[in-house]
Amino acid sequence: MSSRPPTGAERLVRSLSEHGVKHIFGLSGGAAMPIFDALVDSDIKLILTRHEQGATHMADGYARATGQPGVVLVTSGPGATNTVTGLLTALMDSVPMIVLTGQTPTFNLGKDAFQEADVTGITYPVVKHSYLVTNVDDIPRVVREAFYLATSGRPGPVLIDLPKDVTSAPCMAQDPGPPDIPGYEVPGRAARADLERAAELLSKAKRPLLYVGHGAVIAGAGPAVAALSEKMNAPLVNTLLGKGAVDETTARHLGMLGMHGTAYANKAVIGCDLIMAIGARWDDRITGKVSEFCTDAVRIHIDIDPAEFNKTVTSHVQLLGDARLVIEDLLPLVKPNDTAAWMAECNGWRKEFPLNYPTDGTALRAQHVLDRLNAITEGRALMTTDVGQHQMWAAQFLLTRENRMWLSSGGAGTMGFGFPAAIGAQLARPEVEVWAIVGDGGFQMTLCELATAAIHKLPVKVLIINNNYLGMVRQWQELFFDNRLSGVDLEGNPDFVKLAAAYGIKGFAIRKPDEVDEVLRAAHAYNDGPCVVEAVVEKEDNVFPMIPAGAALRDMIIERPKHKLEKPVGST
Amino acid sequence: MNRPSTVPLDMHTFSLVVRDRPGVLVRIALVFSRRGFNIESLAVSPGLIEGFARMTIVSRGAPETVEQINKQIAKLVDVVFVTDHARDVPQPVEAEVALLKVRVSGDADKRSLLARLERHRTRVLDETNGSIVLVADGTSAELDAMLAAVEPHALEELIRTGKIVMDRGASRFAHLLGRHR
Repeated sequence: MSSRPPTGAERLVRSLSEHGVKHIFGLSGGAAMPIFDALVDSDIKLILTRHEQGATHMADGYARATGQPGVVLVTSGPGATNTVTGLLTALMDSVPMIVLTGQTPTFNLGKDAFQEADVTGITYPVVKHSYLVTNVDDIPRVVREAFYLATSGRPGPVLIDLPKDVTSAPCMAQDPGPPDIPGYEVPGRAARADLERAAELLSKAKRPLLYVGHGAVIAGAGPAVAALSEKMNAPLVNTLLGKGAVDETTARHLGMLGMHGTAYANKAVIGCDLIMAIGARWDDRITGKVSEFCTDAVRIHIDIDPAEFNKTVTSHVQLLGDARLVIEDLLPLVKPNDTAAWMAECNGWRKEFPLNYPTDGTALRAQHVLDRLNAITEGRALMTTDVGQHQMWAAQFLLTRENRMWLSSGGAGTMGFGFPAAIGAQLARPEVEVWAIVGDGGFQMTLCELATAAIHKLPVKVLIINNNYLGMVRQWQELFFDNRLSGVDLEGNPDFVKLAAAYGIKGFAIRKPDEVDEVLRAAHAYNDGPCVVEAVVEKEDNVFPMIPAGAALRDMIIERPKHKLEKPVGST
Repeated sequence: MNRPSTVPLDMHTFSLVVRDRPGVLVRIALVFSRRGFNIESLAVSPGLIEGFARMTIVSRGAPETVEQINKQIAKLVDVVFVTDHARDVPQPVEAEVALLKVRVSGDADKRSLLARLERHRTRVLDETNGSIVLVADGTSAELDAMLAAVEPHALEELIRTGKIVMDRGASRFAHLLGRHR
């Protein structure tokens, strides 16, 4: 090694290593070349993706599976704009991510140079924070701040835009001190008075319900929540992203609430006299019609982000802090109440309105495939999903037992997320069995990453629930638009088994119910790189239960309606 | 200097202390525009401490949305401090400056203009070829009254800085900047 000072790019890569980065997901290009060059001499493994969106979802899956930030490296212009969907996905679901974008040299900024885009400008609404670095000596400080911001408080994506002349220049900066960000506070423990007020209400409640969200997953609050549920003898429900914080197979767990939640979870929401949100944000998929949501119940809200308080649903007590610390502080203050009658009522609903699907006939149903996958993996595999009907069925039938074992795009609802997220998760946790549950629509948005999975021999198992439709939209058109199908027919789908073969990937097909177990077991046992399982399912099946968008929870539909439904109002 | 009763109830004045960095203004503006709020006035200037700027933003909107706007601004990493003064008792002191250009048709017209402005805090800065540039200061309401007085004359141009406000009593944010003083 020469004694010359490091370049900005070399210093950047060293800073990334110092922050524990082991993998970078990215795609090269002119403005990022100094950084890709610096990676050659580094221990960081570069995962070359086939599209920048795939890189962001891989980094996202990596982060969700571990809690460590995922890192993306792309070039300027279109390379950077292709990360916007991934940034939105990560922001909406509070996922720590660092996106490094190459940029045209500073002397060309604003001159419409080749592959120039105003990347900080384009991404302001989809980042927690961002930097345009114009001084090479700022690089170590910016990297330190970026990691701190991405991972602290409510996590989120941070973008660093790096002009090529800045990454090429010699960097003389000393190691930075601790981050100095006046006004940026990271809540920890909730205020004593708020805790006591909440404990008093929890102790008095006859029909309490714990509503567990992604904040509980991020904070690792699950064991504390389970202990609180046990001490109070209170049922709990989780959101789509809260799956796994508390083992969904345990006795007091009523599964997922909301638009496609279990009937018994939603009946508990309607019937409770107290609901406590634990790192959940009363999203419109949860509340339905807000003006009728839990209006007679005491509402307690635990969140690390004060902007979530009173945003959609007002609460009587607001506990600002880390979900785990808040629950741990509440535990000794709460006195058990007699909730036996309430618990019995909830268990009655569980028996009366179980999740169900027809098992007669020869049609292959997605629910059956997922139900069997749950049994065969014993709920011990890490599951990612895409977005749509398969996602909701997976959420219903795949019971998540451990934290960070269920990865799904909730807030943004990003199709194309599931498969690359599974690649990121598998790289982060090679010892875990990883399945990507995808639909035929979403999978085709990022399937170019089959090459990425194949090259690295990642044993990711892709289960394609193929109904040859954009099924969720078709379901809505059937129910609310007189079955006038528009833009939902995926005629022209490839043969997915042959497609896998073209990448040198093992493919399986399931076409009949009696093939389900055999094929799933074969895929479960297959460990020689990725495999694709195409399940060709009933084309016109619908996800139930369903609360039409904007309707009250009591308007839940449990089975295919006999009469025409009103068009949804109030939400999409 | 209490808020005049003529100001609509949904008018809100925000005071901010921000990191003086490129993009901070855009980030703040996006919090308003995303929710369909118009910014009525905006005053930005360097503050007492290098590297930080002061802003006063006046906007109007529904109370629930304004609470959310305040929180979303506070969440921005480059924002050190933000407060909505709508419910402050007493209200903060406020000031605004205006430049106006009035066309006068002769000495009589000019005397009439200056007579009308006697009861307002105005000063002539320039007079060139029959156009008079005046500076005025006061509360926003006082400037409104001054403009009403000028009305009969030929007002050609008007610039208002937008309101700036300052809390009464001890600073609410000086402690946040301790290390940077």
